[in-house]
Amino acid sequence: MPDRSCGWNAHSHGEPLVNPARIETYPEIVAADVIVIGAGPGGIAAATCAAERGLRVVVVDRGLDAGGQIWRRKLGGGVAPEAQPWLTRLAASGARLINETFVVDVRPDADGFEILAESAGRPLRVWAASIILATGARELFIPFDGWTLPGVMGIGGTQALLKSGASFAGKRVVIAGSGPLMLPVAASLADAGARLVLVAEQASRASVVRFAASLWKTPSLLVQAAKYRARFLTSTYATGTWVTAAHGVDTVTSVSMTDGRRTWREPTDVLCMGYGLVPNIEIARLIGCETRDGAIVVDSQQRTTVAHVLAVGEATGIGGAPLSLVEGEIAGISVGEQRPASRQLLRRRATLVASARRMLDVFAPRAELRSLPAAGTIVCRCEDVTYGAVQGAACARQAKLYTRVGMGPCQGRTCMPGLEFLLAWQADTVRSPVEPALVSVLSSEIADNATPSFLFNSSVGEAYQ
Amino acid sequence: MTSRIVQFPITVVVDGERVQVPNGITVAAVLFNLGITAVRQSVSGQPRGPVCGMGVCFECRVTIDSRPHQRACLTAVADGMHIRTASHS
Repeated sequence: MPDRSCGWNAHSHGEPLVNPARIETYPEIVAADVIVIGAGPGGIAAATCAAERGLRVVVVDRGLDAGGQIWRRKLGGGVAPEAQPWLTRLAASGARLINETFVVDVRPDADGFEILAESAGRPLRVWAASIILATGARELFIPFDGWTLPGVMGIGGTQALLKSGASFAGKRVVIAGSGPLMLPVAASLADAGARLVLVAEQASRASVVRFAASLWKTPSLLVQAAKYRARFLTSTYATGTWVTAAHGVDTVTSVSMTDGRRTWREPTDVLCMGYGLVPNIEIARLIGCETRDGAIVVDSQQRTTVAHVLAVGEATGIGGAPLSLVEGEIAGISVGEQRPASRQLLRRRATLVASARRMLDVFAPRAELRSLPAAGTIVCRCEDVTYGAVQGAACARQAKLYTRVGMGPCQGRTCMPGLEFLLAWQADTVRSPVEPALVSVLSSEIADNATPSFLFNSSVGEAYQ
Repeated sequence: MTSRIVQFPITVVVDGERVQVPNGITVAAVLFNLGITAVRQSVSGQPRGPVCGMGVCFECRVTIDSRPHQRACLTAVADGMHIRTASHS
């Protein structure tokens, strides 16, 4: 264990780990032992386990509620049964959750990190000794003609919109993409009264069958899949089928589908697209954590290659909520380097990682998808840059300098993973601010006369609760 | 749908029209339910609507209470909120 200055490690279990001198130096800063970035299952488990050990934990999340995408509550509905025990534990743990907050910058200093965030339009600084990244994942989109039309949305994006109160009753919907996420979304849309025209999985029938067969060790997943399928039995679930174009003027009205042999049109009001998930590694790369194959590299205790920065969940490799929970538990136990996680947790993680890797193989996007975009197809939706404009570039950096691809508000989060698939680009470097923020947040400074505020003993914490 | 919406407690103004909506609904969902799929215009003037649903893609940007570039998917409605979309003009 590296020795840290200011007697950092001298504190015993349950004692404040934050050096009180820091609070004087940064009077306006919310101080904590641990900041958890992201309140999905991984972040919730990490925050809960760390706080239950007596650490002072702050959790920031951009959403309106804790739970991330997978545990997003349906408007007017209850908490998901699998989420309830964790949300109850989190609430009792002493960890402080700050919603509607996203991280803009992370600056390491001598013995911790200063994090600048935008919190409901206002600057928020958190000083923390350790960081647990639980930044989750986003959907992988591969551009095709018409994918920019309104009504063409992510598969998970559609689920989010549905849960946040959108009505799909009577709407014709085509779901075309890949991966296990398609089943629950199809089921929810069917329940909501949507007319599911077609659910098209790009992976081959052989791959899907092989994957299903590999689930014999975890029959609960097969049962779950069958239950989802039962909710949209009247609709077609096709394998080896993908979307090649979306058509319409102001909104999508039909899509072109293919199974590699023939191409046909399906009229629709909504197209849900997405080829699996991409880990959100921007903050990790800003801090300097090593990444491999688009995911944050972690060791057996969820530690990244940067001291006192841990990472859990989808950001360390796509694996689903049960794996995120286990990784969160491990990080919550190991953060602060107090004790290693139990062998039982490590075994559970190994099993879940193995099944996740098999899933990623089966649902990897097929080579044919590389020929979908034409020269005139828009790839960067923020800056309206076409595929033809970037195809000749040697790397992402060159393309950005010449065309502004990936330089709009989303900072390449939407187009770059697709372009990395299409053109074998490496991801470009990440710089602060990692996300567009208000000038008033970026230019905010700590006032000389600011009242010292320590989240766990002052009114600042209550105000954010 | 309208007959159900009238009973909702929150009133927002979308492109000058008063709409009653349930508590907790997001602005993106309100616009979808009103049939406004093209919520913004892209830099080259194309119609665009929500994609990611979680604040990543910035395609659902609208003007809320005179503040431009607000992500509709991350914003819950508030009573009296003014929302302006690209279909305004």
